[in-house]
Amino acid sequence: MSGARDDAGDATGDGTDQVAAGGVTGGAATVGGTDRVATTGTGAGASDGVAVASADAPSAPAPIALDAVASVAKPFRLQFEEAQDSWVLLYPEGMVKLNRSAGETLARCDGERPVADVVAALEEAFAQGGLGNDVRGFLGVALAQGWVSIR
Amino acid sequence: MSGARPNPPSDPGALPGPLGASGTRAPARAPARAPARAPDAARPGPPLWLLAELTYRCPLHCAFCYNPVDFATHDTELDTEGWLRVLNEARALGSVQCGFSGGEPMLRDDLEILVAEAHRLGYYTNLLTSGVGLSEARADALAEAGLDHVQLSFQDSTREANDFLSHTKTFDLKNRVARIVKAREWPMVLNCVIHRLNIDYVDRIIDMALELGAEYLELANTQFYSWAEVNRDRLMPTAAQVRAAERTVERYRERHGSRIRIIFVVPDYHETRPKKCMNGWGNVFLTVTPDGTALPCHTARMLPGLDFPNVAEHSIDSIWHDSEGFSRYRGTSWMKEPCRSCPEQADDLGGCRCQAFMMSGDPAAADPVCTKSPDRAIVDEIVARAEAATPSDPVARPLVFRDPKASRRLVAERDAPAPPTPAPPTPAPRGNRAP
Repeated sequence: MSGARDDAGDATGDGTDQVAAGGVTGGAATVGGTDRVATTGTGAGASDGVAVASADAPSAPAPIALDAVASVAKPFRLQFEEAQDSWVLLYPEGMVKLNRSAGETLARCDGERPVADVVAALEEAFAQGGLGNDVRGFLGVALAQGWVSIR
Repeated sequence: MSGARPNPPSDPGALPGPLGASGTRAPARAPARAPARAPDAARPGPPLWLLAELTYRCPLHCAFCYNPVDFATHDTELDTEGWLRVLNEARALGSVQCGFSGGEPMLRDDLEILVAEAHRLGYYTNLLTSGVGLSEARADALAEAGLDHVQLSFQDSTREANDFLSHTKTFDLKNRVARIVKAREWPMVLNCVIHRLNIDYVDRIIDMALELGAEYLELANTQFYSWAEVNRDRLMPTAAQVRAAERTVERYRERHGSRIRIIFVVPDYHETRPKKCMNGWGNVFLTVTPDGTALPCHTARMLPGLDFPNVAEHSIDSIWHDSEGFSRYRGTSWMKEPCRSCPEQADDLGGCRCQAFMMSGDPAAADPVCTKSPDRAIVDEIVARAEAATPSDPVARPLVFRDPKASRRLVAERDAPAPPTPAPPTPAPRGNRAP
């Protein structure tokens, strides 16, 4: 009965898994990305709220500038989960499982370093150049999802 | 209506390189590097969600309460040490969301100790409360303990179920608690159970949520288990009521979507496909009841022929991986027709086992909500009864409010010999414990 949500990443196509559960009243699987759900599960899914907002705007959000500074936004909390071997974003009664690149990017968004430094750090860590556009594009998505704030 | 899944704007998985071999992107669900443990198809992932039902005690008497109808006969509670062990063992297994629920969890005076330990272990900690008992002092202690989030349920503190919107006592309480929550910068989620008697007033409920400054509002149509099942005929909305409520919610989303996120949980009897209950049996969700019984969902204890393990006798690891209770309906191999050959089986995993048992008498049957179920007529009959009754005077039988006395009475009636007249006026579902 009560809510568990595991919205597989391949369904949303954004490289994440979303899992939420809970709900005092019973009911179960809710679906990330929509506000009409089959069961309770709470869904304080702040992340999918933005996915809904994006439904009418299929074009990708604007990339984030290299001199901007990003940090993980409330109510999300980023942490590495050994059991899942992944970075995850936790929020009220839910979880976004990030793929490797998304997780490693957000882990470097400390609210102090500009995006350019995050790009440089990723390129060094993974011994690969030319990541700037991908990182900026991903942060645009993350901003639209409410995962990060930008200043 | 927003039933369709919107397309995400872009694809964070599209980053090359860091994902590994030759810059190709790994499939979204594939692990980025080899898992620590050898892959084993039969081995489930971690119980990501731990719901700690600390107590069945509650100051409220909600007629839709999901606690078991016989809760009064399960009145033992794990002690602090027992809960601390549960928190540690589940976290070691990979649980990451922890909900403290009940009953009313504020009635446990060790709540702060448990929240602090959960926080220390790395859980995201959620308190699911009616707000009764959440004083300034306890809120301070919970914030100090590291509580991450409060979900405030929005039911009445009185027995006047249909009067709750105008009841000043209710509003004063929620208003006070909302201020307490906001002052500590906790994200605030309001949960309001929707049913026949209040569904016509969702506009007022949303107005109240806006006034309280909630970031999220969950309008949860009643799911008919436990006390809600006892009161089903009184609480079941008509299809027209549901449609009107959805239109209202859409209107508010258009106007206030940036201020509040409104989640509308549909009443499944009015749908044609069942919910993917718990997102799969023993898949992500682990409930521990006040007496330490571990369940794959709140109400699984009603199912016949299954013994659910107690955390006092078994480790969470063995409960999750080895117990019969958690394995029985995991995956799809337990399915019968029509689920067994159904092309949609992965979408809903056959629906809810408890609902199948309550209506079909067989926990391995398809959830009768599904129009492919041979027992769908039972659901149709229940919905037809709701349609036939007038909203103001649905049925003669009064609401049964959840309290220990009513619980003992219902248990006694359940255990009494069947009455001599077997034919019910309607095709009453088997397993229905309502009088």
